[in-house]
Amino acid sequence: MAPIIPHAEIREKYFFTDILPTPWCPGCGNGSMGHALLQAIHRIGWDPKKIVLISGIGCNGYLTRYLRFDDLHALHGRTPAMATGLKMARPDLKVIAIQGDGDAAAIGGNHLIHAARRNIGITTIISNNYTYGRTGGQYGPTTPKGGISTTSPYGLEEPPFDLCNLMVAAGANFVARGTAYHVLQLIDLFERALTHPGFTFIEVITQCPTSYGRKNPGKGMSGPEMLLWQKKNAVPVEKAAGMTEESLRGKIVTGIFIDRNRPEYNTEYEKIRQRAQKGTGREERN
Amino acid sequence: MPKRSLLLQGNEAVSEGAIAAGVRLFSGYPITPATEIAEYMAQRMPEVGGTFLQMEDEIAGITAALGASCGGVKAMTASSGPGLDLKAESIGYAVCAEIPCLIVNVQRTGPSVGSVTPSQQDVMQAKWGPHSDNLVITLSPASIKECFWLAIRGVNLSEKYRVPVILLSDSFLAHMTERIELPDPEEIPIVTRPRPTVPPGKYRTYDADINGVPPLANVGDGYSIRLVGNMHNKAGDYSRNPRDFDFLIHRLHNKILTNLQDVQTYEEVDIDGADYVIVAYGIVSRAAKAAIRLAKEQGMKVGLFRPITIWPFPHARVMEIGKRIKGFLVAEMNLGQIIGEVERATRREVPVVGLNRVDGLQINPYDILAKLKEMM
Repeated sequence: MAPIIPHAEIREKYFFTDILPTPWCPGCGNGSMGHALLQAIHRIGWDPKKIVLISGIGCNGYLTRYLRFDDLHALHGRTPAMATGLKMARPDLKVIAIQGDGDAAAIGGNHLIHAARRNIGITTIISNNYTYGRTGGQYGPTTPKGGISTTSPYGLEEPPFDLCNLMVAAGANFVARGTAYHVLQLIDLFERALTHPGFTFIEVITQCPTSYGRKNPGKGMSGPEMLLWQKKNAVPVEKAAGMTEESLRGKIVTGIFIDRNRPEYNTEYEKIRQRAQKGTGREERN
Repeated sequence: MPKRSLLLQGNEAVSEGAIAAGVRLFSGYPITPATEIAEYMAQRMPEVGGTFLQMEDEIAGITAALGASCGGVKAMTASSGPGLDLKAESIGYAVCAEIPCLIVNVQRTGPSVGSVTPSQQDVMQAKWGPHSDNLVITLSPASIKECFWLAIRGVNLSEKYRVPVILLSDSFLAHMTERIELPDPEEIPIVTRPRPTVPPGKYRTYDADINGVPPLANVGDGYSIRLVGNMHNKAGDYSRNPRDFDFLIHRLHNKILTNLQDVQTYEEVDIDGADYVIVAYGIVSRAAKAAIRLAKEQGMKVGLFRPITIWPFPHARVMEIGKRIKGFLVAEMNLGQIIGEVERATRREVPVVGLNRVDGLQINPYDILAKLKEMM
């Protein structure tokens, strides 16, 4: 396992320290997710000038505001579409999209699956805290069945999305899930996702003690308790393959769901440009 | 060497104009009667080293264009009314984040899905489409030649003022064919967004005075730019300070309203000495010009005022004209949208009469002539 950079060093190098602290609640998982991302970026050694973060709307979106990268704060759910346009126009840039579960899987679900289908060369990171934390804790498309929220006071009857399997089916090149508790694993997953060509996707299970943990399950959990819950319930994807649906209920399947090399869209489109500029493109195709 | 003379449809002329202005990314979604723009761009964009993107929906169509624009690549999208409904969100975002982009609306008829026949029913949508106080520049071409030149002007205004520009075409113009002489590249004015004049460490994304357009760095140039749709301060940080809200919302309007001489263009025909003036824009102005000729033959003194910049509407000029004439006839292919602006400009001190048509057919010169006679 590669070395971990001291926290202070990450902070000094990547944060606008003058505007800290972030508005996140005590116990929030977004900080761990952001830190793991920065560790991975540092390890890869990319030029920060060439990194663009595109965030959506939601608590996680605050992250990009504090970092010394170019920051496009997109509309709710539109992050993958904005990232697609930018990456097609500027293939030289490292485009990282950061979204929440509601942003990515509800209001922007269509953009997400099509970005994966095109296999556009961006990395999408989802902070999945099972709830709309920013608006005070409504249920979302990843809230577990039975979840209590301000809009499911009697318990949720909708089944949740499995975002990783959705992304595998849609065509992403690299898909993985980690948790805010398993930070070392998360850094490795980020490093692999960021350096893998094509559309890469990481879902991070982050705890939201304020809006979700307070009510789930039963009497609720604090931030540390939610982290311990992540620790206890994480099941490696290899092990999960041999388990029944019943025994996987309430578990978090972590690890790499797919690692493949379908052609990246920008590279493929460049071939179209070359054919078009020769003036023979369309005929050749026939 | 003779100039390149072509027969083009409006949709093609808009596309060629945008390419001439430097647009190198088109993203959109198929919709009649705008689809030919996407089809044309699918062929032309890779030829000029650009990108064509057919996105998953109308929303993504404009959003991808905004993403490209952030990277410093001039970008556009095109659609029709139903698509503009969906794009409203991103138009508002482009206004607030101040991201240049050209948006073509090839207007069709009727609310909801409506029909694909021509109309001018989206004039107010262009102004009030997104929620809140917004100001976008809207241009209205009346010929194929103007489709070409206003696409260029639209891109240039968009860059100059960091604002989305809507080009209001209609399905008549879109599919009408006229001859156009394409200019040499050096004859085309190219405007690029204001660039930072300070070193990266000092740059702030929204640094401008109350009437100003803040310089825009490209993503990837090391300026740590922050483009946001939230209420923000000059640095691009979200703000909860009422003063920042007030400053920003005013500035987003002022940057255009203090430059009306530059932004507003209009055409006037036979205004001097006219008793009555027709206000018509876009394709209807062609019928109005024919009506003026017919009126002249019958001894009537009639002029035409044609706003080319629809938004911001040239109220001041209409007010001036209104002081010298006996009445305005506002002919438009809707139930009366610009007529409200004419009444506003003249403070109802002169008669303002509307001639409206919403059956998807063109207002013809004889309708206008008959209405003029009624007024006299």
